[in-house]
Amino acid sequence: MESVEFSRYLTMLTLSVHVVFATVGVGIPVMIMLAHWIGLRRQDEHYLLMAKRWARGYVISVAVGVVTGTAIALQLALLWPRFMEFAGQLVALPLFMETFAFFFEAIFLGIYLYTWDRFKNPKHHFYLLAPVVLGATMSALFITSVNAFMNTPQGFTLMNGELVNISPLLAMFNPAMPTKVAHVLTSAYMTSAFVLASIAAFHLLRGNRHEYHRKGLALTMKVGFIFCVATALVGDLSGKFLAEYQPEKLAAAEWHFETEGEAPLVLFGVLTEENEVKYGIKIPYGLSILVHSNPSGVVTGLNDIPEEYHPPYVIHYLFDIMVTIGIGLTVLSMLYWIALSRNWSFIKTRAFRFLLVTTGPLAMLAIQAGWWFTEVGRQPWIMRGFMTTAEGATDSPHVWIMFIAFAVLYFILMVGTAVVLVRMFKKNPVERELEKLADKQRSVAR
Amino acid sequence: MSYEMIGITVLWIFLYGYLIVASIDFGAGFFNYYSRLTNMNHIMNDLIQRYLSPVWEVTNVFLVFFFVGIIGFFPDTAYYFGTALLIPGSVAIILLAIRGSYYAFGTYGAKDSKVYSFLYGATGLLIPASLSVVLTISEGGFITVENGKVLLHYKELFTNMYSWSVVLLSIVSVLFISSAFLSYYANKAKDFEALQLLRNYALTWATPTIIASVLVFFALNNHNPEHFQNMVDVGWMFILSLLFFLGAVYYIWKGERYGLAFVFVMFQFAFAFFGYGVSHLPYLLYPYINIYDGFTNATMAQALIIAFIAGLFLLIPSLYILMRLFLFDASYVKGETVKADDHEEERKVG
Repeated sequence: MESVEFSRYLTMLTLSVHVVFATVGVGIPVMIMLAHWIGLRRQDEHYLLMAKRWARGYVISVAVGVVTGTAIALQLALLWPRFMEFAGQLVALPLFMETFAFFFEAIFLGIYLYTWDRFKNPKHHFYLLAPVVLGATMSALFITSVNAFMNTPQGFTLMNGELVNISPLLAMFNPAMPTKVAHVLTSAYMTSAFVLASIAAFHLLRGNRHEYHRKGLALTMKVGFIFCVATALVGDLSGKFLAEYQPEKLAAAEWHFETEGEAPLVLFGVLTEENEVKYGIKIPYGLSILVHSNPSGVVTGLNDIPEEYHPPYVIHYLFDIMVTIGIGLTVLSMLYWIALSRNWSFIKTRAFRFLLVTTGPLAMLAIQAGWWFTEVGRQPWIMRGFMTTAEGATDSPHVWIMFIAFAVLYFILMVGTAVVLVRMFKKNPVERELEKLADKQRSVAR
Repeated sequence: MSYEMIGITVLWIFLYGYLIVASIDFGAGFFNYYSRLTNMNHIMNDLIQRYLSPVWEVTNVFLVFFFVGIIGFFPDTAYYFGTALLIPGSVAIILLAIRGSYYAFGTYGAKDSKVYSFLYGATGLLIPASLSVVLTISEGGFITVENGKVLLHYKELFTNMYSWSVVLLSIVSVLFISSAFLSYYANKAKDFEALQLLRNYALTWATPTIIASVLVFFALNNHNPEHFQNMVDVGWMFILSLLFFLGAVYYIWKGERYGLAFVFVMFQFAFAFFGYGVSHLPYLLYPYINIYDGFTNATMAQALIIAFIAGLFLLIPSLYILMRLFLFDASYVKGETVKADDHEEERKVG
């Protein structure tokens, strides 16, 4: 294999690891903020403790996120030097601003974590979360805009190999940016909520009946549902966007070959050698409705796109995984919410709780599938229409060694993170912490 | 000042910032391990952790900032350095990852593990060494371009006296800067036992620092006489650097005014670092990239500078708050508010 293949795999590996931590890195501060706010408003120490415990686990994921984030930042230039040389002139601004946002977040996160008892007015401590949330959100926005640029480059003119008429703001606010950023943010909030819900559900499943876990589950599932709906709405807009700007990606995702009206939406299935879909579930008019909000709207098919620009057809499965999980989680969290308000007791059964435990991992899987879909779906381009992946890669013959080294590193990091997180909360269960709080209050009262 | 000069100045300031904050961090890791070996870790452990825990992330951002900035202002560097540095760069990432994971896993177990604190200490010396390779390479002579392909010659790099003298200088400066700062911090914490130890370290590493600096001068004269001549032209900066060094050592030796001594250390390295930087110009990678040919387009440069200024308005007050809370807050530094720190508390419980 050549360097370009290994460069692709190494980038994929680093990003797949990073996105786990980046997603919770964006979403969990919002959850901490919510819990902290409810705790302060209701004077409920359960929620305050929730914020505290989430924050403690969050630190570990941030630390690993910083490590993998530094890795990808450097790897971009190490593995794709020609691309960075070219794109550096076009998207340096959002890249630069992303580090500012992250800087800002890092400073205030450090302060928030180490000042739980240092402010006389507890609200002042709470306010420290605002810059953390803002920083996390802004860094997601900036870095996603860079990725969006690679999908729909604009803000420059290429004349005889020279870049002219460069406009950094136009490059940043490219057509793919709004839907991409919105989808990344809503799905990150959704995933983080479900990850935390999984933990609460796990404790309940194991037979712990503490009110703390019930409150935690109710809060996270409700937030999860709200962001499920938001994610789905934005996802619909993303589909419409694809049809207009990257028809080849949408067509490959849907195995849609003939350009036609009344196009059906294909779920699952397998593709034969003659490019026919077998065993798939066809939803008549589905694709036309998705794209044009009109059952007879014409959707471009792959046959009208030169074959060398076809993305790998395998992205269909990734698209299916993402959408199926998304719909499943929406239904599940809605069911939970309704049942909770109506006092239906089936949500207390072991089977249902088991389902709730799976929500976090499933949401994370959907995130991975979604990113793989969007990234593999723009092959063969690294910058759509301007530079192919092969043109952007390094010449260095040593990439495969680095691939192995990083694979080992990430494996250790992932296992280590899991072990540390589990140990951290096992050693110090909620009950003990609440007891300690009570002791403290008693000693004050005396 | 031209955009090119503004760009490189901004980046150089950030690299200097990284040099100082990262040196403190890297050196602390080494001292942490060393004091453990000599069974004196009970003296320094808490002190070091108290300073490092809230700031290590910020330290890391300085590096990323420089890195993203240089690609932004000088995209050509991405191509040359990116291609040449695949292996050294990846090694640096892995070392940084080991160090980062120490913080990630530190609250639970890693800090008490012998192997981990060895790794943490060792990376403290290896990272500066691996990063200093970039500075060495920028002097030219190690990278050639053949048939449009950028090649890095490892044999030349590893057998060159200049590259080893830079590695040596980076390591001893890390230890000197770190011990000078931690002396100040210990003094502020009124932790006199730790102060005694750290003051000894600072005095121990002072001489090697100056010897290594002289060595670098000579080696550079051999390797790149043109650059050496430029350095002689701004010789006053290096003389000032030496004077500040002497001032710092004087106060540390007398055992008074540790704060001023550390400020002197900062000036010492500022003058040396900027003297080196100024004399390196206009080249970023001798002789392939200079700041004028490799510069980004004017529109992007303008946008970056505006973003930079706006960003500073956000960063400077934030950094000020951070320092107020963890560096200049007497009771925090003394460890009186440590009971508020959940991690500490749990470690005792667990």
